[in-house]
Amino acid sequence: MSEVLPDGWEMVIGLEVHAELLTETKLFSGSPAHFGGEPNTNIDPVTLGLPGALPVLNRQAVELAIRAGLALNCTVQRSVFARKNYFYPDMPKGYQISQYELPINVDGWLELPDGRRVGIERAHLEEDTGKSTHMGSGGGRIHDAEYSLVDFNRAGVPLLEIVSRPDMGSSEDAKDYVAELRSILVAVGASDGKMEEGSLRVDANVSVRRVGDELGTRCEIKNVNSLRSLGRAIDYEAQRQVDLIEAGERVVQETRHWNDDTGRTQTLRSKEEATDYRYFPEPDLVEVDPGPTWIEAVRAALPPLPAARRHRLVDEAGASTRSAAVVVERGLDELVLAAVAAGAEGARAVTRAEHDLADDRARALDPAHFAKLIRMEGAGQLTATQAKAVLAEMVEDPSRSPADIAAAKGFEAMDHGELEQLVDGLIAAHPEDWTKYCAGEDKVAGFFTGQVMKATQGKADGKAVNALLRARRG
Amino acid sequence: MTSAADTARAVRAGERRATDVLDEALAAIEARDAELHAFNLVTADAARAAAEAVDRAVAAGNDPGPLAGVPVALKDNLCTRGIPTTCSSRILDGWRPPYDATVVARLAAAGAVAVGKTNLDEFAMGSSTENSAFGPTRNPLDPTKVPGGSSGGSAAAVAAGYVPLSLGSDTGGSIRQPAALCGVVGVKPTYGRVSRLGLVAFASSLDQIGPFARTVEDAALLLEVISGHDPGDSTSIPESAPALRQHLADGVAGLRVGLVREFLGDGIAPDVRARVHQAAEALAAAGASVTEVSVPAAAYGLSAYYVIAPAEASSNLARYDGVRFGLRVDASTTPEMYELTRTQGFGDEVKRRIMLGTYALSAGYYDAYYGTAQRVRTLILRDFEAAYREVDLLLSPTSPTTAFAFGDKTADPMAMYMNDVCTIPSNLSGHPAVSVPFGVGDDGMPVGVQVLAPALDEVTMFRAAAVLEAAAPAAGPASGGGAG
Repeated sequence: MSEVLPDGWEMVIGLEVHAELLTETKLFSGSPAHFGGEPNTNIDPVTLGLPGALPVLNRQAVELAIRAGLALNCTVQRSVFARKNYFYPDMPKGYQISQYELPINVDGWLELPDGRRVGIERAHLEEDTGKSTHMGSGGGRIHDAEYSLVDFNRAGVPLLEIVSRPDMGSSEDAKDYVAELRSILVAVGASDGKMEEGSLRVDANVSVRRVGDELGTRCEIKNVNSLRSLGRAIDYEAQRQVDLIEAGERVVQETRHWNDDTGRTQTLRSKEEATDYRYFPEPDLVEVDPGPTWIEAVRAALPPLPAARRHRLVDEAGASTRSAAVVVERGLDELVLAAVAAGAEGARAVTRAEHDLADDRARALDPAHFAKLIRMEGAGQLTATQAKAVLAEMVEDPSRSPADIAAAKGFEAMDHGELEQLVDGLIAAHPEDWTKYCAGEDKVAGFFTGQVMKATQGKADGKAVNALLRARRG
Repeated sequence: MTSAADTARAVRAGERRATDVLDEALAAIEARDAELHAFNLVTADAARAAAEAVDRAVAAGNDPGPLAGVPVALKDNLCTRGIPTTCSSRILDGWRPPYDATVVARLAAAGAVAVGKTNLDEFAMGSSTENSAFGPTRNPLDPTKVPGGSSGGSAAAVAAGYVPLSLGSDTGGSIRQPAALCGVVGVKPTYGRVSRLGLVAFASSLDQIGPFARTVEDAALLLEVISGHDPGDSTSIPESAPALRQHLADGVAGLRVGLVREFLGDGIAPDVRARVHQAAEALAAAGASVTEVSVPAAAYGLSAYYVIAPAEASSNLARYDGVRFGLRVDASTTPEMYELTRTQGFGDEVKRRIMLGTYALSAGYYDAYYGTAQRVRTLILRDFEAAYREVDLLLSPTSPTTAFAFGDKTADPMAMYMNDVCTIPSNLSGHPAVSVPFGVGDDGMPVGVQVLAPALDEVTMFRAAAVLEAAAPAAGPASGGGAG
């Protein structure tokens, strides 16, 4: 249930995410798949849709699509490419090659950090379009443009379109979904996940209903370029729909454009204006049937996925669900688990990773050094403040050990107050030994020194311990 | 005129110079093509350079290949690097492809000398070459008659004796029907046998490139050169080119041949029907057993074809939008520019098929039209496969009539479409078929008989074609001729 809508209302959200796949070359031709740079340089006859040119499917794109599909718990199936027909200057052939009736991935799900699942209806392959720039006074719209410039570098870049089920009930859910999807795609190497650069593009289908009612009429929101915009656009749109209905009007099914500056959505085209895409099977390509051998080989090579990594962090390091999400998001879970394996206290390692390692360079930390730091802090050799300072230096220069940094910073000597506390604690815990020592049995001092060394893992200064013991004996 | 096989032999042996062979071809074109208009463009300079290269290779002791010095004409929907490729349409005005079609490259690699680009019905849509934006091609055997189409220019170039070989494309009969009407051999190979890369698409699931030749042996030679897997065409069959010529003399003894009942009905002219029966007798005389068989769904081929082919065409021809190449008619907005460019760039038949196809694929009509047509296509394939369990080859007319006069059928698209009633089913099934000249009709114009074969069995198909070629009556009405 959403907090932004009035009581008794809920929103229903489904998302369509287009992710550019990280292939070397385009989906159906040998031109490099990276774009930007000088316009119309990464092009070829297939990209331009020249007469006589034919598409040849990029195997790497299929592999990445399968990888993403398996990571999203989809069934990978025999798939067929189709032509989606419409005219636009940056669509070179007059049709986009996509998958329609038989997409490569179907029926999956994704687990949000809080453990809830969002269904994935399909994740299919398609080619990207070129980029148009409409010049003149028409405000960037083709119909009023004086002239238009087209860059085909992006045309033919492979996309995976991931269509969720309408399983989300708030803009927070939607943002969590996209963040999780992004980390999964990044984890499997399918996408770089950069929403701001357009390599991950999100369209939101939003509808509202009174709690318990049938699904309402939905609107599709386009031009959402960040997670923050996504949240704002969904909340705005849901509220707009509630306002309409409460005013006795109807929601019209349409595509709406999010304007980040005004914070509003506006009509892009109505359902009546929607193109009839006249899909039919692409006769220039044959069906794609990866078969069990390929699929299982891809499955076996999948890296650990965010959800599994979070579970492990909870199980092995005692992390909370929320902390685990942050640590995995930062890619620091291996570091934390290595520290735990080396004897460091899990909770403390998680805390440091969650709160003090926002820097991207933290992933380069030496796990042995990190484990040592956590142990030093745990042993009281470093105060929390000191540990953070040392950690910051370690991020700057991963080759330096925490002990060296602590020494250089003058943190090596143990804080006298802490040592006093430790010794006093030992005296209180071992009254018989203390009585013996007070009675003149000096060799019992060795027992106390040993206990201190054990507690501080050898970092305490033995002479200082003896001096303390003598001082306490009086 | 010398056959391609003999010319290549002589050039490879150093007995004839490729440049001399070319000069003869250019002279023949010069002498008659103003009248016939088989060519949209004669590429004399490029041809001379190619012929000189062949002669240099021979002089240096190298083998230029199996088509050494053989002049070849190319249908003008095959891409030729740097050379205009028009599809006989105004919409491709000024476009020069930056690449050669795979078949064009294979011809060059085999030592052939491409002499020019031949006329066609615009975008290969038609059966008479009357739909060319550059004017019709005339039948060399009777210039008052059409050469058939859509590959009318390629058929005429061979029939006129300009060149021994040419390439066409066959989507519903566009090689076989003009071959029949011009009295030459025309082959539609198994779908996927020849790469479509660089063939300007009409209907991608039906288009197939194939040879025209005056002899069965020459057709086999050319098909061997252009066949074989091409990774650049995803629908290309991963098989090497079949060795056809070594089996041409194998005969048909013991083969089972089926006369297709559905293609011998009322729609077929009696003189054509008589020649088909005569061809059957010739095959029987050569030791084949001939029976009548049925391919029931083939009767629906024309209807299915005129949904599927326009549907694919409506999509394939969407790229001619004036944005990147070819004709652009300027207008104040992009949508207007599209409209004017396509209105002025495409001819009536092309527009008719784009509209048909767009309609057939529209929401609400897709299942009724495109879906049904695809189901019919499956049935046709199934019926052919059933027939091929009973017989090795099928025999039919190629075209219902001999060549007709200009303007005879242009007013009635259906009458024109009926020309391809016997050829279309093989495009829908993907099976190979060849048209072999077999005598003449009552009007003295050539009749073609069609031999149809199972997928990838061009070898057996060519064996029968060779027998029919040897048995073909020279002239005279069917009733008077015999297998001889």
